[in-house]
Amino acid sequence: MMKMRTVEITVGAFMIASILSLLMLALQVSGLNTFYKEDRGYKVKAEFTNIGSLKVRAKVSLGGVLIGRVVRIDLEPKTFNAKVWMIIDPLRVDKLPIDSRASILTAGLLGDNYISITPGFNDTEFLKEGDTIPIDSTDSAVILEQLVSKFLAGQTNGNAKPAH
Amino acid sequence: MLIKRVQLLGRSGLGFLDNIGQAAIILYHAIVGKPDWAHGISRLTQQLYSVGVLSLIIIVLSSLFIGMVLALQGYTILVKFGAEHALGQLIALSLVRELGPVVGALLFAGRAGSALTAEIGLMKTTEQLSSMEMMGIDPLRRIIGPRFWAGQISLPLLTLIFNCVAVLGGYMVGVEWLGVDGGAFWANMQSAVDFHADVVNGIIKSVVFGSVVTWIAVYQGLDCPPTSEGIGRATTRTVVYSSLAILGLDFFLTAVMFGDT
Amino acid sequence: MVEVRDLHFSWNTHIIFDGIDIAVQRGKITAIMGPSGTGKTTLLRLIGGQLRPDSGTILVEGEDVPKLSRQELYKLRRQIGMLFQSGALFSDLSVFENVAFPLREHTSLPESMLHDLVLMKLQAVGLRGAHELMPSELSGGMARRVALARALALDPSLIMFDEPFAGQDPISMGVLVQLIRLLNDALNMTTIIVSHDVQETISIADYIYIVADARIVGSGTPEVLMKNGTAWVQQFMQGLPDGPVPFHYPAQDYSADLWGTAL
Repeated sequence: MMKMRTVEITVGAFMIASILSLLMLALQVSGLNTFYKEDRGYKVKAEFTNIGSLKVRAKVSLGGVLIGRVVRIDLEPKTFNAKVWMIIDPLRVDKLPIDSRASILTAGLLGDNYISITPGFNDTEFLKEGDTIPIDSTDSAVILEQLVSKFLAGQTNGNAKPAH
Repeated sequence: MLIKRVQLLGRSGLGFLDNIGQAAIILYHAIVGKPDWAHGISRLTQQLYSVGVLSLIIIVLSSLFIGMVLALQGYTILVKFGAEHALGQLIALSLVRELGPVVGALLFAGRAGSALTAEIGLMKTTEQLSSMEMMGIDPLRRIIGPRFWAGQISLPLLTLIFNCVAVLGGYMVGVEWLGVDGGAFWANMQSAVDFHADVVNGIIKSVVFGSVVTWIAVYQGLDCPPTSEGIGRATTRTVVYSSLAILGLDFFLTAVMFGDT
Repeated sequence: MVEVRDLHFSWNTHIIFDGIDIAVQRGKITAIMGPSGTGKTTLLRLIGGQLRPDSGTILVEGEDVPKLSRQELYKLRRQIGMLFQSGALFSDLSVFENVAFPLREHTSLPESMLHDLVLMKLQAVGLRGAHELMPSELSGGMARRVALARALALDPSLIMFDEPFAGQDPISMGVLVQLIRLLNDALNMTTIIVSHDVQETISIADYIYIVADARIVGSGTPEVLMKNGTAWVQQFMQGLPDGPVPFHYPAQDYSADLWGTAL
């Protein structure tokens, strides 16, 4: 029964070690930050004709700097455009000009899609909670197949009069 | 002739179902019921020690080596594409999603599972379980219950430690030895590993594995023929069945959790 | 006190009991004997409710054992003490803790009273001085005596012994034989002994049942059985090598085996 103390101490140490591991995994390995909480930023919508492979939790960046995340993707029933909801961190950028542009870009050659915001020039009016970036202020994702068929079409047009 | 084969198949199929049924009933009696707060905690602690703490050495050492090997192998392949900065995320994702839960569970089955089966089998063979029964104390609640809970709790905790130590091992080899940029190592890892989708799913896997392995181990111990060779064979069966169950469930769980991302 | 009526029990197509009737009288030592493998231990398990018979009744203190619920069965078992062949002490507890075990589980006696009770039980079996040893440090005979003390911990009214004399040296044997008789009388218990050690058992048994071939083949007091038993019973009781149970396993003619032809 005296061994019981050793047992209890080691089991306690075991528990603590696993909690520390959990913390390490949460913070260091997965970079868990509080950004995902919906109450920490203001929601802005943007409409696209094609979102490509954009997913929820994708990055929203301005000039390469992470300013927010995609939280929801819907289909607009009347116009059949994709409606993407983003949460922007006000600590990063609390005044986005109302004529800013949203584009869907690809990270690296084969990477995931993300949204890049290009700020507009309007000094007086800014995007507020619930505002929408309209379809003509957005650039949809580049779909590789469309690009290739455009290229081929361009080629054939260019070679319309081949020399046999 | 064919009829005879079909008969045998049918009989073994029924036997299998019979075993599963018995195992389920035993589990029910072992864990369902009002917990004995007065003595239960100390019994559980004792079992957590023999099941969890004593497995720490093999888990820590194995995870260290696995992390280091992952870094080595990963580096060799990635460097060909100039993508060695992705080493961190390769190691972390492989571990957290698959290797941590699965290899951890396999090691656990081998070390703790077989020990449980042997211990319970021995208690059965020396009639300790019978005499406890005859004294009016339910051995399922007293002996099996705490062991089951200890296994169920220990494996996820061990998996957490496994993941952590392996990532550190990978860091040691990748950054300190092979020269991958430390900042890139962690930064890429953090952006690729999602806590909820990856780490938590991995833990869920280990919880499932914990139940299954401990359940198999405990049942094999109770069901073994009460001879010394019976115990030996039951121990082997625990390791084999647990390993198959782990790998099979892993496929199923992976398909469900990571299938459509 | 214990009544078994028309018991039928089979295991995996072997018929172990085919209509057995046993009556165990209160305050007496009843022995159940027979060749090994006839299911004597199984009978104890049936009485204790660890196994269920195919048909028949088993009454212990008026309760029909196979029909009891799990709860009621566990309650009944507190009045029954059982000593297994191997002693079955809990290997991770000391002698003291082993004997204290049933007391701790079923009673909430204060520690000082428990302490005294345990030592009294150990004193009854002559092992009070060994209370701090671990089971692995005990000899077989000592382990069995500790198990006996443990079986007596709750002052049961019925105590059952499964092969208590098997494999014991003459001194331990003598000690056990004495203990069983003394305790039965002193504590006013009812005892059932299952054994195939004829000499020891008949020296203390008040009544004997002989079980073979799934049936009772003889019953009575030791003197009656010795004088009037069937040839089979005589062979068993006196340990004769040949008789109704033959010495030679059935085989063909001896000379045919050796030289290929019958002389």
